[in-house]
Amino acid sequence: MLNKDIKKVLVIGSGPIVIGQAAEFDYAGTQACKALREEGVEVVLLNSNPATIMTDKDIADHVYIEPLTIEVAENIIKKEKPDSILPTLGGQAGLNMAMALEESGFLTEHNVKLIGTTAETIKRAEDRLLFKETMDKINEPVAASKVVHNVEDGLKVANEIGYPIVLRPAYTLGGAGGGIAENEDDCKTILENGLRLSRVHEVLVERCIAGWKEIEYEVMRDGAGNVITVCSMENMDPVGVHTGDSVVVAPTQTLSDKEYQMLRTSALNIIDELGIMGGCNVQYALDPESFEYCVIEVNPRVSRSSALASKATGYPIARVAAKIALGYNLDEIKNEITGKTYACFEPMLDYCVVKMPRLPFDKFVTADHHLSTQMKATGEVMAISNCFEGALMKAIRSLEQHVNGLMSYDYSAVDDKGLRELISDTDDRRIWTIAEAMRRGMSAYEIHQLTKIDEWFIKKISNLLEMEKRLGNERLDENLIKEAKHMEFPDRVIATLQGITEEEVYNLRKRLNIVAHFRMVDTCAAEFEAETPYFYSDYGVENEEFDLNTGKKKVLILGSGPIRIGQGIEFDFCSVHSTWAFKKEGYETIIINNNPETVSTDFDTADKLYFEPLTTEDVRNIVDIEKPDGAVVQFGGQTAIKLSQFLTGMGVKILGTNPEDVDAAEDRERFDEILNETGIERPKGETVFTAEEAIKAANELGYPVLVRPSYVLGGQGMQIAISDSDVVEYINQINQIEQKHPILVDKYIKGTELEIDAICDGKDILIPGIMEHIERTGIHSGDSISVYPAKSISENAKKTLLDYTAKLAKALHVIGMINIQFIADNDDIYIIEVNPRSSRTVPYISKVTGIPIVELATRVICGHTIRELGYEVGLQKDSGYYAIKMPVFSFEKIRGADISLGPEMKSTGECLGISTDFNEALHKAFLGAGVKLPKYYNMVITVKDEDKEDIIPIARRFEALGYNIFSTRGTYNVLKEAGVSCTRTRKVEQESPNILDLVLGHELDIVIDTPRDGAENSRDGFIIRRNAVETGVNVITAIDTAEALVTSLENRKKIASLVDIAALSR
Amino acid sequence: MNSYLILEDGTVYQGTSIGAVKEVISEIVFNTSMTGYLEVMTDPSYVGQAVVMTYPLIGNYGICFDDMESRGLWLDAFIVRELSEIPSNWRSENTIQNLLKQYAIPGICGIDTRALTKHLRDAGTMNGMLTNKLYEGAEFKKALDRIKEYKVTNAVNIATEKNVELFPASDEIENANKRKVALLDLGAKRNIIRSLQNRGLDVIVYPADAKAEDIIKENPDGIMLSNGPGDPKENVEIIKEIKKLYDTDIPIFAICLGHQLMALATGADTYKLKFGHRGGNHPVKDVETGRVYITSQNHGYAVDMNTVDPSIAVEAYKNVNDNTNEGLRYLNKNIVTVQFHPEASPGPKDSEYLFDKFIEMMEVKHA
Repeated sequence: MLNKDIKKVLVIGSGPIVIGQAAEFDYAGTQACKALREEGVEVVLLNSNPATIMTDKDIADHVYIEPLTIEVAENIIKKEKPDSILPTLGGQAGLNMAMALEESGFLTEHNVKLIGTTAETIKRAEDRLLFKETMDKINEPVAASKVVHNVEDGLKVANEIGYPIVLRPAYTLGGAGGGIAENEDDCKTILENGLRLSRVHEVLVERCIAGWKEIEYEVMRDGAGNVITVCSMENMDPVGVHTGDSVVVAPTQTLSDKEYQMLRTSALNIIDELGIMGGCNVQYALDPESFEYCVIEVNPRVSRSSALASKATGYPIARVAAKIALGYNLDEIKNEITGKTYACFEPMLDYCVVKMPRLPFDKFVTADHHLSTQMKATGEVMAISNCFEGALMKAIRSLEQHVNGLMSYDYSAVDDKGLRELISDTDDRRIWTIAEAMRRGMSAYEIHQLTKIDEWFIKKISNLLEMEKRLGNERLDENLIKEAKHMEFPDRVIATLQGITEEEVYNLRKRLNIVAHFRMVDTCAAEFEAETPYFYSDYGVENEEFDLNTGKKKVLILGSGPIRIGQGIEFDFCSVHSTWAFKKEGYETIIINNNPETVSTDFDTADKLYFEPLTTEDVRNIVDIEKPDGAVVQFGGQTAIKLSQFLTGMGVKILGTNPEDVDAAEDRERFDEILNETGIERPKGETVFTAEEAIKAANELGYPVLVRPSYVLGGQGMQIAISDSDVVEYINQINQIEQKHPILVDKYIKGTELEIDAICDGKDILIPGIMEHIERTGIHSGDSISVYPAKSISENAKKTLLDYTAKLAKALHVIGMINIQFIADNDDIYIIEVNPRSSRTVPYISKVTGIPIVELATRVICGHTIRELGYEVGLQKDSGYYAIKMPVFSFEKIRGADISLGPEMKSTGECLGISTDFNEALHKAFLGAGVKLPKYYNMVITVKDEDKEDIIPIARRFEALGYNIFSTRGTYNVLKEAGVSCTRTRKVEQESPNILDLVLGHELDIVIDTPRDGAENSRDGFIIRRNAVETGVNVITAIDTAEALVTSLENRKKIASLVDIAALSR
Repeated sequence: MNSYLILEDGTVYQGTSIGAVKEVISEIVFNTSMTGYLEVMTDPSYVGQAVVMTYPLIGNYGICFDDMESRGLWLDAFIVRELSEIPSNWRSENTIQNLLKQYAIPGICGIDTRALTKHLRDAGTMNGMLTNKLYEGAEFKKALDRIKEYKVTNAVNIATEKNVELFPASDEIENANKRKVALLDLGAKRNIIRSLQNRGLDVIVYPADAKAEDIIKENPDGIMLSNGPGDPKENVEIIKEIKKLYDTDIPIFAICLGHQLMALATGADTYKLKFGHRGGNHPVKDVETGRVYITSQNHGYAVDMNTVDPSIAVEAYKNVNDNTNEGLRYLNKNIVTVQFHPEASPGPKDSEYLFDKFIEMMEVKHA
């Protein structure tokens, strides 16, 4: 029953997107907030991430995009006086904050209750010792472990637990010094080494369960003690690879009912004992050779896995968890998918789901690709099919990594021995390596021995290889196509193997009527009629009966696929808002997307959801059946834009800006024509295909030059070259992937970067505001600190900006969104880039200006004019607030990645600082990004020659804040001469103690290290930057960021204001 | 080899033959369990029926003989979307394909099981024929007539064991009170016996045609009526015997068919459900406490609550999805009967506690 005492609830989000904490919490939070408001509960929201949907005024009554700190949360509670906090929706960040507030007594003092799962429960699940005690109490096994401080104790514990044993030294870099010991001798050696390396001389001795099956259960419990299992999942990769980086299949495939029920019963006993109220994730290691198992972890909250489970089954976990928190029992909550049954049941699947991680090694080519217990994926894709082979093939092509099957990587340079090593070492390409090994004749058993992957999965991969072989050798008859399509071989791969064209395969199967049909995800394996149209494709079956003609106009909204660096949650925000706006306009909305973490793939976002890869073939399947009146591509990032020509070719009208015009913005020659006509300048540049051409162009333009491929997002492959050898290196990198379009070589101009998002209705434009980047040109806009409104440009420059924006929007016949980036060199304005589509900055600008940009753009696309919608045209008045978007990085999680900023984007997320005062806004932004300084008052400064002049005042200000500055020779001399007190330290290649020892001494706050441009130079300081990041030091690689940081620290005591974004509408 | 499933309404599904090559006519029912196919295949309650598994990948973990719920396979045919040819599990000793052949059970794979399930859901359970022969024209019509005529009969008689047999309490459990339970085998799943043995009870299994007097004479501490196949009302003689058991003061616990027969014995009626409940995800509410348990179910008939005399029994459990009766508590009696399967296998063990309750019922009697 509804607890009527709950009237106002504070929901805490998870903050910026980082590896391990992505869009899944926006999805869960949004769903939960909607569920709360449905019951008349007032929702107060705190999340520092402005790109989220949960921070919309449509979702919560009061929205605070403020840093996730205790102080801020306390101030919000004092101001808003909520009676409750729902702590389980904001990932670990939200949970930790709620716990800290509870433990300090603040909540009791202010009469605020934690609803849903209690503090006691959270403690028992999260605290290592309490958790172990709880598990012991109910006889649930956990992997035995003990902390030791000397070899003798270590050996004793190892003998008690039994070999093999895992040894984990505490506080060493990336687990250095640890390992698996098979016997006492190994154990002794590793212990001695580990104890020496550990700063606290501590090693954890733990039972080795690597290689066991990793199984997860998503379970729920209500206040009456009713318990259910929503979904079981099996990791293809055994224990040892983080589940976020594993290929995961749902439901479990290789467990018999006995094993399945054993773990299910265990999971339910655990949540019962813990007293969970809501959703919970329980992870197990299961011995593949017995009934023995261990509980690895319990997460008493929604998680990445719960998002996956929700999408895999159709069961809305976050929604149900929110209702439980309000006092309802499971049997009182309707199952929204069937509309008939209740939330108190267990979903049954009649399909197979495969999740694959989206790993960031296309961005960090030189980073360590090894997968381990530290998650590295930025996002994920999910695919649904009737068989595992089909789901895997669909998942692979959903990744958008230029792979469409198991043949995508070239192993010709790897010999059999090398291949064997590659297989034993889990990396991002493991399944492709396995496929190659099997092609070379390695047996499934042998691969199982090397990888511990269950043979069931390996043999499934072998089925795909068998089909590959047949497609290469046999005539393409009806049966063969049927079987290939059943396994979801894309036409393109069939065509390649057959030596014909993709179109020929398509036509052939059209003629044979071998086409994709669509099936419903209904939570109940067809036992009950379902109401929610959530579909996946399948071959060789009947189409599910569903309404294809509602009489409404239909619009196809293409989503943005997996979250990756350069294309994040912002594009899901745009897709979802566009969908809502189309609904308001009376359209039937159809979303295609493959990302299980997002709001766009929630069951009630669009009228219909197709959970499918975003490739031409898969989209065509949907177009063939739905015959939409139009498609909108400008909100789904590059993923959607890439499909526009194809859609036009199929006769689907692209709503909004014409694809021809979108292309004109990307095509260098056509774009130059437009610039000529409009009299707009851009940095001089050339288009080239080869390294020779590039060198010639670079020398004509004069170094430094920017080198980049066309048609990319997030500056992928973009580099600043200062020499011919740089040019050659970069061109070769770009050409590793076949380029359909030329490479661009531009003169690099250093100036202030400005950015504008605008809406154009064909006649008038609306500009919500101008953004200015703190970092000068050369750093990708997504990695720059962005300030709204631009504060350093002259009125003249502003006028030019507005004039250029209007001209470009008109010249490109923009209907809807346009994003333009400029360089201002004093009053001279150059154009860098035009994107006739929605951009990364749209969500944040929408929120701080109160202008619903995506909705307006969508309505303009539907034929309305800006004036008609009640908006003034031109640049809108400033909102009266400074809003600063701060990039957030996940460098510490990707070993070997270079963290220095440049033209290629590297940040994974963002947070916001907002205030009427610029300095306060800046400090909030840094705080939101986790920069909580000062701590030790020690810092290192080592800058390139060009920055030496600029660093002096900055260093002086740090000194005034009380910082001890350490520098290597060059910087030291400059600072010393300028009268800044400073300690000289040796370079890393010099003898110890040197700068590295300083970093590893764990008492540094900041490293300012600006590397010189160029391939060779950026390698300098790499070790320092890596080690600093991995030990939790804040590393700054651009001089402008350093200045912003010192400004922020100077103003750190002034934080006082709170801005309710929901009140900012105009 | 091609195989065809012909439904009585003329719908034909073409697939590939698995298991024995043999023509059968049967009642077609679907089961939504995602694991536990061997338990389903060896559940005697499927006598006279052919089972469609809604989960498309069947056979993944092979055949683990320990998981058999009886001495053999009882269903008429096995219908799946994809039969795994590559079983993988440490306990696996065989494949479905071999097992079907060994027990001369035909099957079909490669058909659209979801379409079939939806059809059965919408039109209701119906008869069908599994055949390797392509019927056409007049022959097809004749075949349809034969299919329509089919009726599950004599099912309990087929499913029950024929002799009285003692299953002693598990060695490791101390049977301090030397309690013994008489189990009337109407087609019992092994895990009912095991669940009792594991709780320290000796179990004497009686064939379905056992006389009440013989059971009572043995002086059992409790009587268990098992699950079983077919139309409950067909078991006229057994119902009479059960009435005699009802009239004693011996604690009785009944599952599924046993539950239905006890209801019939005490004057209530049963009816056929449109497509039954078969799977491991059915929510059942304990009417008294409000607690909901996820249960394993396998039944095509249900007790009509409107026909239960409120002075004889009250509803103890009901289905959360469709409100059908899931259990009765008999007034002034030590009798509890449930429609679902606390012995699970396959399915959730959440209602296993009912066996403990049964023991409590026996203790109360002795106290």
